[in-house]
Amino acid sequence: MPAAPGALFKTLADPTRRAIFERLCRDGEQTVWMLTEESGVSQPAVSKHLGILRLAGLVRERRRGRETHYSARPQGLRPLVDWMTLYGAFWRDRFDRLEDLLKRMDQ
Amino acid sequence: MNEHAIATRSIVVERLIPHPPEKIWRALTEASLIEQWLMKNDFAPRLGVRFTFRAKPMGDWDGVVHCEVIAFDPPRRLVYSWRGGSARNPGYGSALDSTVEWTLTPEPGGTRVRMEHSGFGPQNAPAYDAMSGGWPRVLERLEQASATLGDN
Repeated sequence: MPAAPGALFKTLADPTRRAIFERLCRDGEQTVWMLTEESGVSQPAVSKHLGILRLAGLVRERRRGRETHYSARPQGLRPLVDWMTLYGAFWRDRFDRLEDLLKRMDQ
Repeated sequence: MNEHAIATRSIVVERLIPHPPEKIWRALTEASLIEQWLMKNDFAPRLGVRFTFRAKPMGDWDGVVHCEVIAFDPPRRLVYSWRGGSARNPGYGSALDSTVEWTLTPEPGGTRVRMEHSGFGPQNAPAYDAMSGGWPRVLERLEQASATLGDN
């Protein structure tokens, strides 16, 4: 389920959560314990962040024995590319202003 | 990382504008006219000239867009580089190393104006965050500013 860009940014706006996601992208699959060691927050906090990342489609989990392994889903970032439509809106607005200016230049 | 999903991309805006190319060229290449529809600038109409646009500063970015005229072929084609922002900015004002290309093609009834802004990379994605909140306000302010220009 793809998350909306707004939801993705909200998810990644938290620095601890972003750091966890970046670490999974960089280092591959990790257990919650491995992530807790470096995160500087408690294990329940890390678990909560992982749950939020998973809901946003940025992380997937895999159970192996008694342990859950987490890995990044970078393709979950795809909806962010849509931010370009907003930059497109900037240029369309400037085209409108350019046309207004051209009309005024006639006078 | 999945590089294919977030590869370098460009924005294209194309419009048929009911004015001759020579006149549109003036609006694209005279500093005082550029300022009225785009941004404060010190553009000079020569190939190879370096100039700047002045945007709102953000973080450790001073709001200056550094540009260089790469192609100057009146009244048909104008290309300039568009570099600004800072790698340390998480949102609006993140580093942008891009190119803006204007192409004017005469057509019955006016001129086809095509603008391609290319070179957006994955590093620019965070710009969305600040823009989605701040952009409508910026546009609103610009609309007010352009309204005060009146019919001069």
